[in-house]
Amino acid sequence: MKIKSADLWFKKAAAILALSAAALVILLVCSMAYYALPAIRKFGLHFLHTSTWDPVKEIFGALPFIYGTVISSALALLMALPVSLGIAVYLAELAPCCLREPLSFLIELLAAIPSVVYGLWGIFFLAPFLRETVQPFLFRYFGFLPLFQGEFYGVGMLSAAIILSIMIIPTISSISREVFLTVPSAQREAALALGATRWETIRLAVLGYARSGVLGAVILGLGRALGETMAVTMVIGNRPEISGSLFAPAYTMASVIANEFSEATTDLYLSALIEIGFILFFVTLIINIAARALIWRVSAKIKAK
Amino acid sequence: MNIYIKRKIINKLMCGAAFFSALLTLAPLISIFGYVISKGITSVNFDFFTHLPMPVGEHGGGMSNAIVGTLILIGLSCLWAIPLGVFGGVYLAEFGNNKFAAAVRFSADVLNGIPSIVIGIFAYTVFVLPMKSFSAISGAFALGIIMVPTIMRATEEMLRMVPFALREAALALGVSQSRMIVSIVLKTALPGILTGILLAIARIAGETAPLLFTAFGNRFWPQGLNQPIAALPLQIFNYAISPYDDWHRQAWAGALVLILMVFLISLLTRFVIKPKYRRKEMIWKQK
Repeated sequence: MKIKSADLWFKKAAAILALSAAALVILLVCSMAYYALPAIRKFGLHFLHTSTWDPVKEIFGALPFIYGTVISSALALLMALPVSLGIAVYLAELAPCCLREPLSFLIELLAAIPSVVYGLWGIFFLAPFLRETVQPFLFRYFGFLPLFQGEFYGVGMLSAAIILSIMIIPTISSISREVFLTVPSAQREAALALGATRWETIRLAVLGYARSGVLGAVILGLGRALGETMAVTMVIGNRPEISGSLFAPAYTMASVIANEFSEATTDLYLSALIEIGFILFFVTLIINIAARALIWRVSAKIKAK
Repeated sequence: MNIYIKRKIINKLMCGAAFFSALLTLAPLISIFGYVISKGITSVNFDFFTHLPMPVGEHGGGMSNAIVGTLILIGLSCLWAIPLGVFGGVYLAEFGNNKFAAAVRFSADVLNGIPSIVIGIFAYTVFVLPMKSFSAISGAFALGIIMVPTIMRATEEMLRMVPFALREAALALGVSQSRMIVSIVLKTALPGILTGILLAIARIAGETAPLLFTAFGNRFWPQGLNQPIAALPLQIFNYAISPYDDWHRQAWAGALVLILMVFLISLLTRFVIKPKYRRKEMIWKQK
């Protein structure tokens, strides 16, 4: 009898501790919604599509930040995707066995570097390097495009996107690599037996088979890029303007929170910043659910075979 | 004949591109490490570990308070996140075949995906606003939230790897279920769980964003858990964006110490873990 009740208590205690993870999520949604409410009430949907950010007059529109977040993440994805796929293909299919483990360890190391260190490197190496070498080069040869015009500051959209892409490469490449490794070797052998070259085997048998898993990896990388704060804050230049040029400074949702939150003096100002955080939360939530659903579908497909 | 040559060339080109992209990724890695080590090592000295930051304009000083502050914050977050994560994981693995457990798993995934700055806002609304002061507790709360899902899912994965025969053997000897879990299952899975915990610590040690408006930073020794407290990543951030050369040097030194700290913790996992778990550990680090 005594043993039975001890077991019951143990189970109850574990259940309560497990429950508190769910409680944390609910509490997070409720308390952020509560504090964001004044801004939601005051600005409504205008918050999303106006671009005035004036703490003095208490007019808040988040468009420049949404724009900055979306563009910097999209650019980062654009740069990171081919490189990560290349790494994943190389590590899963091409590299000699003795290189696979050390190389993948080195690329995982990139994920372990704290983002504030990325930012530090961005300020003192990447931004000056872009200002003195890359931006003049781009301006000289591609200056006719509006993307590459304007002053060379170094800090700005371009440097933020580059830093972000470096930070999400390990995420995308290691998940893609895992997905590639689950592709049955019969697929590859079939392609090789038909006389396909190595690349054709990879393209037809591996990449085709792993498509949805790779998409999941990309979306997970995107989720990471959207929420990344410190490194971006340190190199994006922090200017709430929408500009067509990649050289121009910009601002993201995460960095406006990081920069202005502890200076927000009025309730409405604070509430507007919390609303930005709330939007960020929902966007990343949807993205993560989508990524998990895709990756889950891949693993379900493998289990079924 | 031409088509064969073309296919061969494309093959070589694409394989070359894959190799090149691996090399390309190593470039920033080498550059970051090169900078942190070369700039950091000239600024790290004995004072760095033993002195408080100096006022603007005076040379020297260190980040001893920030190092201590980071250790305190890590300790405090472990205090609540480890029990919650481990026992939550035990529940999921041992009793978790119901809808309730599915909800908990989903919540853990949600927590895992939340940007750390949003977690900072959450901790601000829950602790800083009612207490009307930035505090070490609110910082530890924010960092703990980041740890919980990692530890919980790692514990669940590891417990599921424990063979059922072990459980059955224990139960057949008349051991109660709770005793079986604590002294057989948890004990067997201990290296894996420890790895999960260490990885979670390695992850929060470098977190800056959730501390910006919770722990806030402090230029003096920690004064109490309800007071603002210094943290190494915060100090690096503040020094990096300052206009003073001397502070920039200190920031590099701080970055070197922080990276060494994070890698030391990650390295520890290699010693506690058995090779067969390693694959799982890699995946965990990513999430």
